Order: sequence, then C-alpha cells, then structure tokens
Amino acid sequence: MSVVNELMSATDPVAVIADAVRSKKVTALEVTEAYLARIAEHDGKLGCYYRVDQDGARALARNIDEKIARGEDPGLLAGVPIGVKDLLVTSGVETTAGSKILAGWIPPYDGTVVAKLKVAGAVLLGKLSMDEFAMGSSNETSAFGNVKNPWDVARVPGGSSGGSAASVAAGLCAASIGTDTGGSIRQPASLTGTIGIKPTYGRVSRYGVIAFASSLDQVGPFARSASDAALVLRAISGHDPHDSTSLPQSVPDWSSESSDPRGLRIGVPAEYFDHLDASIAAPVNAALKTLEAAGATLVPVKLPHTRYGVAAYYIVATAECSSNLARYDGIRYGLRVPADSLAAMYKKTRAAGFGPEVKRRIMLGTYALRSGYYDAYYRKAQQVRTLVKRDFDEAFRHCDVIAGPTSPQVAFKLGEKTADPLSMYLSDIYTIPCNLAGLPGMSIPCGFARPKDGGPELPVGLQLLAAPLAEGQIFRAARALQQRTDFHTRRPPEFA
Amino acid sequence: MRITTDEVRATAELARLELTQEEIGSLERDLSAILAYMTDLSELDTTGVEPMTHAVPLFVRLREDVLGPQLDVATALADAPRSEGSFFEVPKIIEVSE
Repeated sequence: MSVVNELMSATDPVAVIADAVRSKKVTALEVTEAYLARIAEHDGKLGCYYRVDQDGARALARNIDEKIARGEDPGLLAGVPIGVKDLLVTSGVETTAGSKILAGWIPPYDGTVVAKLKVAGAVLLGKLSMDEFAMGSSNETSAFGNVKNPWDVARVPGGSSGGSAASVAAGLCAASIGTDTGGSIRQPASLTGTIGIKPTYGRVSRYGVIAFASSLDQVGPFARSASDAALVLRAISGHDPHDSTSLPQSVPDWSSESSDPRGLRIGVPAEYFDHLDASIAAPVNAALKTLEAAGATLVPVKLPHTRYGVAAYYIVATAECSSNLARYDGIRYGLRVPADSLAAMYKKTRAAGFGPEVKRRIMLGTYALRSGYYDAYYRKAQQVRTLVKRDFDEAFRHCDVIAGPTSPQVAFKLGEKTADPLSMYLSDIYTIPCNLAGLPGMSIPCGFARPKDGGPELPVGLQLLAAPLAEGQIFRAARALQQRTDFHTRRPPEFA
Repeated sequence: MRITTDEVRATAELARLELTQEEIGSLERDLSAILAYMTDLSELDTTGVEPMTHAVPLFVRLREDVLGPQLDVATALADAPRSEGSFFEVPKIIEVSE
C-alpha cells in the first residue's frame, strides 16, 4: 500500500495527513490527487458531491506545499482534503443549498467557516449534496439527486447533511462539514457509521451559512474518529464579528481531551428508550455498559418534555424558515421567472424554484405566524422550548453527559418515507431537543443492527449531549468508547 | 385540526407562492395531519412560562462602526437575473394614471 493510501484508510485521516504533510512525508498535492481519483472512481455510485472543484483544490494544495517549502506554518489542517455541504457559501464556486432557486449562483465571498478552513490549511474538494435548504432527514429533497448510503446503496444516508456523511463513510474526503438544525449532522452520522458533532449554539459562526432556522442552525464536522472531529471543530470555532450570535468564549483544544471515563456521570433518560426498537436499544445499551465498566457512572435522568419536542420544533423551525426564505424573490440572485407585475414575479419564481418539502415548510411556518394563530402555535412552541431547556438544565445538575440513541431506526430505503412527511419528521425525535436547548451533541458509532426488511447490517449511533460549552465532556466519553470498541474503524465493504 | 382550501390559498398568498390545484390538495392533506399532531402541545399548561426566543441568552455585541471591504457594484450585480447600469431591474411597480 502506498503511503498516501495508508493515510487515507487510517482511522484518523485528518490527524495523520496533517502530520505527514507538515513533516514532508507526502505533499498536499499528492494527497489531493489521490482523493480526487477516489471520488472519480466511486462517487458515481453514491452521488455525494454536487460539484468537485478540482482546480480550486489543486491550487489550495500547491499553496500549502509552497508554504511548507518556505518554512512557514501550514496550519492545523495542513493539506487535509475536506468536503463542504452546499449550504456554505464559497467564493467563486457555485452554491445552491440543494435548490433550483439558487442553481448557478456563484457567491462573491467565502463564509467564515470556509475562510477559517482555508486559513487552517485545509484543501476544499467540493460541495456536498444535501436536502433542499437543509429541510429533510433523508437527502431525498435535494433538487439535484439523492445520495446513497455506502453501507447499502438501496438506502438513504440520512439528512439533511447526507452528502457530508456518506462522503466520510466512503472515504471520499478526510472529513466534511455539515449543518444541524434538528439533527442534520447527528442523524446522518448515525445512519452512515461516522462521527458528527453539532457544537453549542454560537460556537461556530453562521456568517455565510445559508439560513434555514436561525435560532437553531449550527455548523459542525463529520469525521471517522473523535480526535479528527475535535481538530476540525477547533479550526472552525470561535467568535466572529460578522455573526452577533457567535459566542465570545475561547476555543479549547478538544483533541487532547482525556479518554479516561472514571468519574464521568452519564445521564440515561428513560424517555429516549421508551418504545425503542430492541435492535437499536441493544448496541446503545452495550455502549453504556462499556463506559460503565471503564469507570463511568450511569445516572437515570428525566427529560419529561421530550415527546413535545418534535411539534415545538416544527413550529419554530418552519416559522423561522418562512421568514428566512422570503429573501428568494428573483431580484438579486438566483432564479427569476419573468412576469408583468412584481407580485406575480415573486409567486411564479418561488413556485418554480422551491421543491415540495420547502413549500410545505414555508406554508406551515407562514400559517403558524398568521395573526390569530400566533399565540396558539408560535408562542406556545417557544414556551415549550423553555420547558425542554429546563428539563436539560435540571438533568445536567446530576450528570456530565446524556447518552441515548441518535435515531430510532437504522438507514431506511430510498422512497420509503417520502409520501408521509410526518413520519419523516418523527425520525428526528431524539436529535431535536438538543437544538431547541442550544446544546452540543454528537453521534458516534456504537454497533450494527440488521434491518427488518432485509439486507446487510447497518450502523447504529450513540448520541452524546452535554451542557452548553461542555463539548469537552462529549469528546471525553467518545474517546473512551472508541478506545474500547472498534465500530468506528469498520468500513462499508464496497468502499473499503 | 383541519385546514381548509381557503386557508391554504390565503396562506400561499402571504407566502408569495403560486400553487397548482394539485399542490393545494396535497398541502391541505399534509398540513392538516401535521397541525393535528401539533395540537398535542395544547395538553401542556404553559401559563407563566417565558417564551424562549433564542438558543442562548443574547448579549448582542455590535462591531465597531468602521468602513470595511465592500462588494463593488459590478460584483454585487454579477448574479442578478436582470440589471441595468448600477441597478437591479424589476417589473414596473408604480402605475401611472393618465
């Protein structure tokens, strides 16, 4: 096996590539070419990338190699090839948010996360497929094609960051960037056997992230190991004057977080295990036992408002989306359907540009905000949000992390849930409360389960939640689990 | 909880969406099912509970008010579907009466 191939198939490709590039064992360009070749070979079967920016990637790689030759610091992610969800604005590279209404849009600037990745020496390979405007849990609302799950190409990768998850699972980038409004990082991480973390709301700047629901949206990485996720998260975190909701707190070095779980109090909420299918409960419980055997303490906690989370979320999120997506008016950028009057132009442009799920959510949010309905829906949902947050505040008085399943099911078949939007919404039941409360949350592989409808075994994810700004506790539990299990090292056989 | 055809039409008007007959039908069905699920929230007594408007308590920090790099006009207009000179072009919005 060549040196580059060895780096690519490592459990922590981010760390080993940055190290090898920095120490001149390989060049950033060699690594980049190897990933571009792998994408060319495999992505036709998966559809992770909307577009691969070969020239841009090579230019960034050469720039890193030149910096190293001059003896300059190439950055934390020196030469590490990374894919970026198409919700993040990239200067000079088409950005669509998975929507026809933005097809062909070439942004004139880089968002903060993309700018920070470049400063850190990352090589941006291209833009990854997603549900339209991040609205979906299966990547099937994308206007430009589905993504297939590398573990079984008849199944979805989860969503909305489906391309970000599948590309890491199949080794089509060393790590990727996704966004999470109600579980859009953690659920696809669970369904593809990868690690995904949504940091505390405000850790990562939202400047240059196309808005879905601004009080919930947050950016985070997908990776193969907790330490790789920690490196990428560190590179993109920090206060940004361009985002007044970004937090001023300094960014810790999570990659050096202890992996010793002794004394760690892990909260186990009964509400996350009620009615949970045994095939999911078994690996989740086994992971809890592993951590307990290593010295952690399991503490029962109560999250009594969990069952109201989905309803509250789909009111808050759709209300915010109906407001945020009002900007797509056919005037300044994106699609325009000509008409005689301004009002007719708006209506025709939006009718032609938005897909069915986005229209459904705009309608739901507009309805919930209508005068006469506002108190019954939007205000009520915001009050329930307070109750969900209080549940967590109380629980974290007794524990350091909360653990449970990420998703009530393994990856489902393409087309299985598209006819029933409510059943799709309900698949976010365990991930949504974390966004409502603004907490950090991770999904980490904890085992496999055989799907009821046949086919190969599929990954199951463990969700780890912590109090605001306590990502360190999550990384500690995650590293402890990874030291004692090998689920994160397994690869989808077709893309090993 | 059922949403009526008229309510779907009125909401679409507010949302500036032109819908086909078929879309109105499927939205009536889907929104009714989703809104019915949402009425579960009315079980909860939220008297006196403060609404949570944001994920973190916001202390909005304003930037220094200094001029930074700005997009030039040509760049700002580069992606516009229609523009003229230094303007975005839109359909006529002011009716001139004779």
